[in-house]
Amino acid sequence: MATVDLKDVKKVYPSGVEAVKGVSIAIPDKELCVLVGPSGCGKSTLLRMIAGLETISAGTVAIDGKVVNAIGPTERDIAMVFQNYALYPHMKVYDNMAYGLRNRGTPKDEIDSRVRSTAKVLELSALLDRRPRELSGGQRQRVAMGRAIVRNPKVFLFDEPLSNLDAKLRGQMRVEIKNLQRTLGVTSVYVTHDQLEAMTLADILVVMNAGLVEQTGAPLDVYEKPASIFVASFIGAPPMNLLPLTGSSSGPMLADGTAIGFAARETQAVTLGFRPEDADVTFNAEALPGALVLPAAVEAVEPVGAESFLHCVAAGSRIIVRVSGRATAKPGDQLRVVAKAEKLHWFDQAGKRVD
Amino acid sequence: MIGQSPLRTFIAHAVLILGILIVAFPIYYTFVASTHTLQTILRPPLPLLPGGQLWNNYSEALFGGIGRIGGVSVGQLLLNTTIMALGVAVGKICISILSAYAIVFFRFPLRMTFFWLIFITLMLPVEVRILPTYKVMVDLGMIDTYAGLIIPLIASATATLLFRQFFMTIPGELLEAARVDGAGPWRFFFDILLPLSRTNIAALFVILFIYGWTQYLWPLLVTNSNDMNTIVIALRKMVSFADADTEWHLVMVTAMLAIVPPILVVVLMQRWFVRGLVESEK
Repeated sequence: MATVDLKDVKKVYPSGVEAVKGVSIAIPDKELCVLVGPSGCGKSTLLRMIAGLETISAGTVAIDGKVVNAIGPTERDIAMVFQNYALYPHMKVYDNMAYGLRNRGTPKDEIDSRVRSTAKVLELSALLDRRPRELSGGQRQRVAMGRAIVRNPKVFLFDEPLSNLDAKLRGQMRVEIKNLQRTLGVTSVYVTHDQLEAMTLADILVVMNAGLVEQTGAPLDVYEKPASIFVASFIGAPPMNLLPLTGSSSGPMLADGTAIGFAARETQAVTLGFRPEDADVTFNAEALPGALVLPAAVEAVEPVGAESFLHCVAAGSRIIVRVSGRATAKPGDQLRVVAKAEKLHWFDQAGKRVD
Repeated sequence: MIGQSPLRTFIAHAVLILGILIVAFPIYYTFVASTHTLQTILRPPLPLLPGGQLWNNYSEALFGGIGRIGGVSVGQLLLNTTIMALGVAVGKICISILSAYAIVFFRFPLRMTFFWLIFITLMLPVEVRILPTYKVMVDLGMIDTYAGLIIPLIASATATLLFRQFFMTIPGELLEAARVDGAGPWRFFFDILLPLSRTNIAALFVILFIYGWTQYLWPLLVTNSNDMNTIVIALRKMVSFADADTEWHLVMVTAMLAIVPPILVVVLMQRWFVRGLVESEK
């Protein structure tokens, strides 16, 4: 139905603060793009610029090929789901959903049929006569979704819609949002600071930091090949283990002087990283050629059920290793952490990935 | 809970009942006086129980006309005062809710200047600006008109500030949701802001109605003819220095009738007001 194209979009507030410093993203039709980043990275500002709630300082925003910089939120034909839902407190659920359609002069019987069919999809039919305060958090969330869906807009915008729900409901709504978005086939932009939501929902994942895009790509590509230390530590839970390197005549070695044990491919790399699940632990002392072997001391063990996280200290840094099932190691144990060479990530002085 | 012991309950009730008696007795005594003949009132002591003249006194005052104020009936006075109090209350609410809407939700040049100008008028009570206002009213030919009674009292910094504070508590997301839903400034005002302000409007209406009802100085200046008087002014005019000149029974009736509308407004609006309080939630 619509594409969304951002070209070198900037936002400078009158106070001189540069919230968005030049972002270009192209979202193809029917895809869900997730903007993820820590608070203050400019992701919400960017979303609000797409919505037309913030002016655009520079660059262009185009919806369906048409530049919309100068037109208001109403004419952009977008629908937005807000973090606090922003339901009209004095209106019944039905009126909350019908309000946007009424303002657009949709005929009464069409409003009625659209509201009722949307309510059916979202299982809100029994709640149409209630007011927002009589609803639970999850139900309010659904009404907010319904208000967006009923308008049948070109683009859905989600501003951290799940952050006010409890963990269980969040997981459930996440799946529902994904399913709805796929069934309706509406191009969507979704802002979140939760990397798990980002990974599971996104067709295109955009990682933002300090007003700039750090990396854009399919979620698993971003996960497997993080473009920078920032992305590596932001995407994935627990985060990637990062070990500083120092150069020496015999090639790079770890900060405490441990040799890496094999020839590092990248000489300019100053940081070495591996994911907690890409490493294993062993109590044996046999040589393992082609792998990074780190002597480590276990500090804490976190059993989660299907897996356990070992918090260790190795080469002067804290690292986390994921082992499946119950961990045999106990706090205080000395063991060796082994990571395969092909699973290692290398980063240069600027924090950028080197391959 | 404190005050559970019987003695404490007794003391608390005793104090409250005493307070009510002190407040209610003069009103009761006025009512008693309004049911006696002038002769009974002038011959002390006044009985403590109502007399038999209730119907005569009230119908004479309401429909007959009172000699000392040019034969104008209390009915006419009540009508004048109601028009004035309603005009002041409704006018103040309309003006101040619109000013607050502009100041909170719109960005325009000199916004803060206007805000401060409104704020500064708080420091100028009616009495201070009464001469220039009077001159303006005379020049505009508004003496002895309802417009002259109402308009100078309409501008209200207090109500504007109150609405401003309330509007600032409305989440910005609500405004944004309305904008995305295609509501322009007027739609947002009528569909969202006004319904949410119901309780504030009800509370202000009560306060402002009573404010308008009890105005003394301004109606005294701006009305000359007896049939434009408000009830408070007429009441004063009815009382003469010589006791024998004053129709005390009618004065008492007028005083009783003057209390009724404000009490009605408070009682009726209070219900509405409480319902609004229970219903609204953000």
